[in-house]
Amino acid sequence: MGPYLAIVSASARILLQYRAAAFAGIVTQLFFGFVMVQAYTAFYAAATQPPPMALAEVVGYIWLGQAMLGLFPWNVDPEIRAQIRTGGVVYELLRPVDLYSLWFARAVARRTAPTLLRAVPMFIIAAALLGLPPPPSPEAFLAWIASTFCALVLSAAITTLLSITLMWTLSGDGAMMLVVSVVVFFSGQAVPLPMFPEWLQPLITSLPFRGLIDIPFRLYLGHIPAAEAPSLLAFQLAWAAALILFGRALMAHGRRVLVAQGG
Amino acid sequence: MTQTTVSGLRKTYRIAERRPGLGGAIAGLVHRRYRDIVALDGISFTVDPGELVGYIGPNGAGKSTTVKILSGILVPDEGVCEIDGLVPWRDRVEHVRRIGVVFGQRTQLWWDLPAVESFDLLRHIYRVPVDDHRRARDELIDLLQLEPFLDTPVRQLSLGQRMRCDLAAALLHAPSILFLDEPTIGLDAVSKLAVRDFIHRLNRERGITVILTTHDMDDIEALCTRVIVIGDGILLSQGTVGDLRRLVSSERRLIVDVEGDTAHEVTDPEADVVAVDGHRVQLRFDPDHTPAAELIGRITTRWPVRDLFVENPPIEELVAALYRERES
Repeated sequence: MGPYLAIVSASARILLQYRAAAFAGIVTQLFFGFVMVQAYTAFYAAATQPPPMALAEVVGYIWLGQAMLGLFPWNVDPEIRAQIRTGGVVYELLRPVDLYSLWFARAVARRTAPTLLRAVPMFIIAAALLGLPPPPSPEAFLAWIASTFCALVLSAAITTLLSITLMWTLSGDGAMMLVVSVVVFFSGQAVPLPMFPEWLQPLITSLPFRGLIDIPFRLYLGHIPAAEAPSLLAFQLAWAAALILFGRALMAHGRRVLVAQGG
Repeated sequence: MTQTTVSGLRKTYRIAERRPGLGGAIAGLVHRRYRDIVALDGISFTVDPGELVGYIGPNGAGKSTTVKILSGILVPDEGVCEIDGLVPWRDRVEHVRRIGVVFGQRTQLWWDLPAVESFDLLRHIYRVPVDDHRRARDELIDLLQLEPFLDTPVRQLSLGQRMRCDLAAALLHAPSILFLDEPTIGLDAVSKLAVRDFIHRLNRERGITVILTTHDMDDIEALCTRVIVIGDGILLSQGTVGDLRRLVSSERRLIVDVEGDTAHEVTDPEADVVAVDGHRVQLRFDPDHTPAAELIGRITTRWPVRDLFVENPPIEELVAALYRERES
């Protein structure tokens, strides 16, 4: 096992201990999903012109959003944050591994472990009781799996970028709040992206954030045909690569200003 | 042959100043004031392979900063540093593979995992072959007597136990240089002795170069072949422990606890009273002129002594004396 894989598996093992948090998360997400489904049902009943997505698709989109919430890059890695605050980051720099890759590996673990813990029961409940449809075809299913993997890479790249800002700000709260509101809005987490007005679509489709939620979910639902998957996967990976390169450059600069806190 | 060369090392930290009170906090949002703190102001020295060097100075002298630069963590503003032909911060990944580092104030072990699992993780991170790892690990477990608490999560270990585990963790990949930043800080007497003994054996039996920072003059006396003294970011002196003492003074301290209210009456013709605190009197004497045994004999016959011991003056005073010497 290489160093990065060892870090991922150790972090994942520690994260998988939090079963109570996962259970509480599932209950909360069921509640939110339920409220959102009710709201959309009411909107659709009152619609005067045909909406851009069928109600069944919106319901699927909502439940996927709740099930896959853990994948969302909504915070900096709390471990890295604690290390920067207390000065424990010195030991990160004492490892004979590339620091960016180390933090990226931690981000992958942070996004994967809780998602696995929550997504499986959420999928079962949502599919059995709450109207989450299965993918319309095996191709759609495969396209969803592939683009979820790309979403993970994208999400880890954004998480790592947030963590790198800690080299300057210590708490990271500012960058976090700013990024999270932008990401929630432009990823489709708040409102499915096809619902946004026409004039906003060019912006939405060129930003990286739709790669987190909108692309994998619509591939799952067949709202985007599986045949379009290759170009969308390329879009996700191109953005991930750009964010990784940017993160690396930022980190190289941060190394010079880094102050190891405490004695 | 020189292993470590340091020349003209300089490092300044830029600290955002906080103004006191709520008003100050609000003002700080609009306009930040910065203050530059010079941690290192041109430090130069060399270390040969197999040396056991003590790096001492008061709090804030720049000891930890130096260790962090030598181990590749911090990038200095100016200066040259080469260890085994590598520049620590530039060739960091290659460099850290060959060094072991222990910061006494923090642990490199995973807080929630038993030490033995951390050791296993480190094996993967350093890419140590399984057999080499097992040999090194078992030897360290034996030497440091880690067996009884190997399976306890690190957060539940005592400080002394944790420090021994940290020493093992720093040595698993068989480094040729060991940096120890205050390895005995906060330890009780027994743990201190165990740690010192271990460091000593490591240096003597395996020839590992050790560079250690400390506040504890006893660490220095017990371990170091050479001492480097810094203060306010500049190098004040270097040499053997004996050199250092002779340079400053050969002064010792006699600390006496007496019965009743007689503490303030204690005097001696050949020693000066430095401090009186309750039942405790501190006397300063020069062992070259006044043998400790004679002084103790006189004191114990004249006053009702409950307890006494002889101490070296603390490092802070040595450094202060070096400063005075430098200025005059």
